[in-house]
Amino acid sequence: MKFDRPAGHNPIDQLRVVGKPTDRIEGRLKTTGTAPYAYERHDVVPDQAYGFVVGSPVPKGHIERIDIRGAKASPGVIAVVTTLDMPRLEKGPMNAAYLFGGAEIQHYHQAIAIVVANSFEQARAAASLIRVNITGQSGQFDLSTQVADAPLAHGKIPPLDRVGDFDSAFATAPVTFDQTYTTPDQSHAMMEPHATIAAWEGGKVTLWTSNQMIAWARRDVATALKIPPENVRVDSPYIGGGFGGKLFLRADAVLAALGARAAGRPVKVALTHPFLMNNTTHRAATIQRIRIGATRDGKITAIAHESTSGNLAGGGPEAAVSQTRLLYAGANRLTSMRLAHLDLPEGSSMRAPGEAAGMMALEIAMDEAAEQLGMDPVQFRILNDTQVDPEKPDRQFSRRQLVKCLQLGATHFGWNRRNSRPAAVREGDWLIGMGVAAGFRNNLVTKSGARVRLGDGGLVTVETDMTDIGTGSYTIIAQTAAEMLGVELGQVKVSLGDSDSPVSAGSGGQWGANNATAGVYAACVKLRRTVARKLGLDPDMAIFAGGHVQAGGRHFGLADATRDGELVCEDAIEYGDLDKKYQQSTFAGHFVEVAVDAFTGEIRVRRMLAVCSAGRILNPKSARSQVIGAMTMGVGAALMEELAVDRSRGYFVNHDLAGYEVPVHADIPHQDVIFLDEVDPISSPMKAKGVGELGLCGVSAAVANAVYNATGVRVRSYPITLDKYLDHLPQVL
Amino acid sequence: MKPFTYERVATPAQAAAAVLRRPGAKFIAGGTNLLDLMKLQIEVPPHLVDVGRTGLDKIDPTPDGGLRIGALVTNTDLAADRRIRRDYGVLSRALVAGASGQLRNKATTAGNLLQRTRCPYFYDTNQPCNKRQPGTGCAGIGGVSRQLGVIGTSDACIATHPSDMAVAMRVLDAVVETIDAQGRTRAIPIAEFHRLPDNTPHIETSLTADELITGVKLPAPIGGTQMYRKVRDRASYAFALVSVAAIIQKDGTGRVAVGGIAPRPWRIEAAETELPLGAKAVTDRLLADAHPASDNAFKITLVERTLAAVVSKAKAA
Repeated sequence: MKFDRPAGHNPIDQLRVVGKPTDRIEGRLKTTGTAPYAYERHDVVPDQAYGFVVGSPVPKGHIERIDIRGAKASPGVIAVVTTLDMPRLEKGPMNAAYLFGGAEIQHYHQAIAIVVANSFEQARAAASLIRVNITGQSGQFDLSTQVADAPLAHGKIPPLDRVGDFDSAFATAPVTFDQTYTTPDQSHAMMEPHATIAAWEGGKVTLWTSNQMIAWARRDVATALKIPPENVRVDSPYIGGGFGGKLFLRADAVLAALGARAAGRPVKVALTHPFLMNNTTHRAATIQRIRIGATRDGKITAIAHESTSGNLAGGGPEAAVSQTRLLYAGANRLTSMRLAHLDLPEGSSMRAPGEAAGMMALEIAMDEAAEQLGMDPVQFRILNDTQVDPEKPDRQFSRRQLVKCLQLGATHFGWNRRNSRPAAVREGDWLIGMGVAAGFRNNLVTKSGARVRLGDGGLVTVETDMTDIGTGSYTIIAQTAAEMLGVELGQVKVSLGDSDSPVSAGSGGQWGANNATAGVYAACVKLRRTVARKLGLDPDMAIFAGGHVQAGGRHFGLADATRDGELVCEDAIEYGDLDKKYQQSTFAGHFVEVAVDAFTGEIRVRRMLAVCSAGRILNPKSARSQVIGAMTMGVGAALMEELAVDRSRGYFVNHDLAGYEVPVHADIPHQDVIFLDEVDPISSPMKAKGVGELGLCGVSAAVANAVYNATGVRVRSYPITLDKYLDHLPQVL
Repeated sequence: MKPFTYERVATPAQAAAAVLRRPGAKFIAGGTNLLDLMKLQIEVPPHLVDVGRTGLDKIDPTPDGGLRIGALVTNTDLAADRRIRRDYGVLSRALVAGASGQLRNKATTAGNLLQRTRCPYFYDTNQPCNKRQPGTGCAGIGGVSRQLGVIGTSDACIATHPSDMAVAMRVLDAVVETIDAQGRTRAIPIAEFHRLPDNTPHIETSLTADELITGVKLPAPIGGTQMYRKVRDRASYAFALVSVAAIIQKDGTGRVAVGGIAPRPWRIEAAETELPLGAKAVTDRLLADAHPASDNAFKITLVERTLAAVVSKAKAA
């Protein structure tokens, strides 16, 4: 189905099932521990052996020799495969570092061998006996020393945008603001590490794995193993968190396949948590300079956002300036991304790549500029709202209610109780502050396919390679099919994550919900017509409701259409150029109240509110879960999350979940989410957009602004840990 | 994890004897620290002696009005004990500030004293670490040192002791009781139990290889307002940046021990005489010999401010 005109009225608009707060249809499996996650799929193939991955002990160098004799002789060992046994594996287009790269070491804990044994313990014990001779090389590990010489980045997103004449507009602006912010390297730190079971049958391999993008995984496995894609099956029905860390193929999958080939039996591999930090990918650190020029009454006339990040050769920049191209008005604009070479592990996508880190800086800058102007930060943002793409003013936003998000949020949160003078509110030992930030994240549209089966008794089965990374995909897909075919939710079965199913949008970039359900919508439209014709009804007139189909006074049970057998329809949603004609984005107002201990500087978030403008909300219950999870991640980014770089040893030191702290329950207080009641017919037939990343973008800055409001100390380097402001807190001694 | 052998013993004396028989053997009780370290091959004992059924799981009154805490009393049970909560509040508060509910259910009193540092370089066997592998060097010095020690450290090691419980034990003047393979018992004041690293950071306590902790004795209660204030980067389930255990009397005198800054609970009795003068005076004396690393000088300010918070609370109490 081609989607190239704004959606008109369609069966989804009935909102009989879609739009209702709905429990996850797979929830029982998850809460009873029976949802099959990759490493626990003991039943899919017999005789599974265990693989343990060996990582490089140095960040950069050349492997001279790998001595596997000790490991080979260790009890229970079946096979040992090293990266010197074969030419380096070719990599997919989205990977920078090689997953099994031959003699050249590109980063710490890059995989150099896999040991396969009868038990996990045997494999791990044997792995420790592998001896590696490496000629180490010096590398660059410190972004701050590379900033001055970093060249403009290359890649899909233009590294440099100029509109008007920023320099002269800034130079002549009555009020100017110029500050630099830093964000650290961050880890996805999801609960389920990367894990795969691989089994060969002749030249064909099946991977039971944990991956967000099934078609990409299949393609990249085929590339790495030099086999045709049709000889690869990838199955990933349940995923214990991804956050972008499982968008692209990782070492667990290729090494399980290589290990299984060498062992002659199925092999399962899970990466350990230290490998999550240094073997896989992370969100790269940034150094961001923001300049704002404004009139005395607060109109932005010039805005510049320049960001520098680092990566390995072939890797891209952290696109931290993306939102600044779109979020606020202003005639003169400059945005740029520079990319330094670093020999740290690969920087890549993590939840809201670009905007998450960019909003951390931009939305502190807006707070600071508002204060400099003597304006309320909510009003300053409202004053500089734009309904058109500020770089291309003939391009409108499809739907943009940022102002309403901010206004409604301010009312709901009690923003008028905020004292604009910092460090002015105290309750006992606590300094109290409120902060606000805008939320912004683009809505991305991409082709997505699905197959729908109508079987015995009117049972509907949806098959798509779409994934559910904890987001609620199963449920919104079932809701979509139930709405389209006029059946109850319980009549719909959903099969996800299998590469034998039609290729979907997959999960990433908050594009999954809207695109995958639109693909299911397309397949259901086809099935509705097939059913109507089968029953001799006019396909254009047929009404599907209550398990029945009717048209022209004739009335059938839906199951009647299957009397000659199952009906199967497959289609995909394919987009025209509506996303070129219109800018499609999602918006939020984030409000946070914090308390800061006047003695110790400990920060406790007290209240949080997100008001979201994100098109139709398909399932308010799971969407809320997405947003509060994202808000939690925003608190982590604001207050604690940082991969600590050892700048001489060249790796992330705090490489486990004890060292890399993410919020615990005690850190997360009352969270409120309000979804504006809206639809976006430009986006898709579902009229929905994404929320999973919107919920993160801006939260950290709202926390930072609240901390400033509480303490009067402005911290421009995340995370905002007490060591950065303790000396500047009010004297209490 | 390297393969190891295992035996279970019935009495403390048998345990000590069993460890003496096998060089490198270790006692295991709750295993909340040792098993993790074995999985990472930071600890590679060839033999484990399980002391979990030696009956050392009681809290009994002592003739001088104190309590003897069996080595195997779990952190959960100890924190919840009515006598501990009434007379040794600082200990109960320190315990619940540590780890998680699940860990406290398994972790024992003796094991808590013996837990090893959380220095990230100690935990990565690719990196040099004098504590893990004597003579290889210290990556923490000049490395990522935000969590590491500021006092009592040495050129060989700047790791801290991670226990909360031990800080409270130190402020309570607890005494560690042991038995060895010959059946000899010892009473080691907590102040002498943990050693400073000097050139031998791998030797962390004054225990001999075959010496088993049988219990910890608390002297008779001394009253006062008893507090444990732990400051960390998140609200729960994290090791201290700084913690302060304090017992403040009505007249403003008292005792102070500090965690998170040194290879052992840090207490200097002479510094406590400054308490009536305020937190700064105490801190200046307590940390007069501090040598912060590149990332952790803030801990000195934090000790002072945390102690100020504690003193202020005590006054209000």
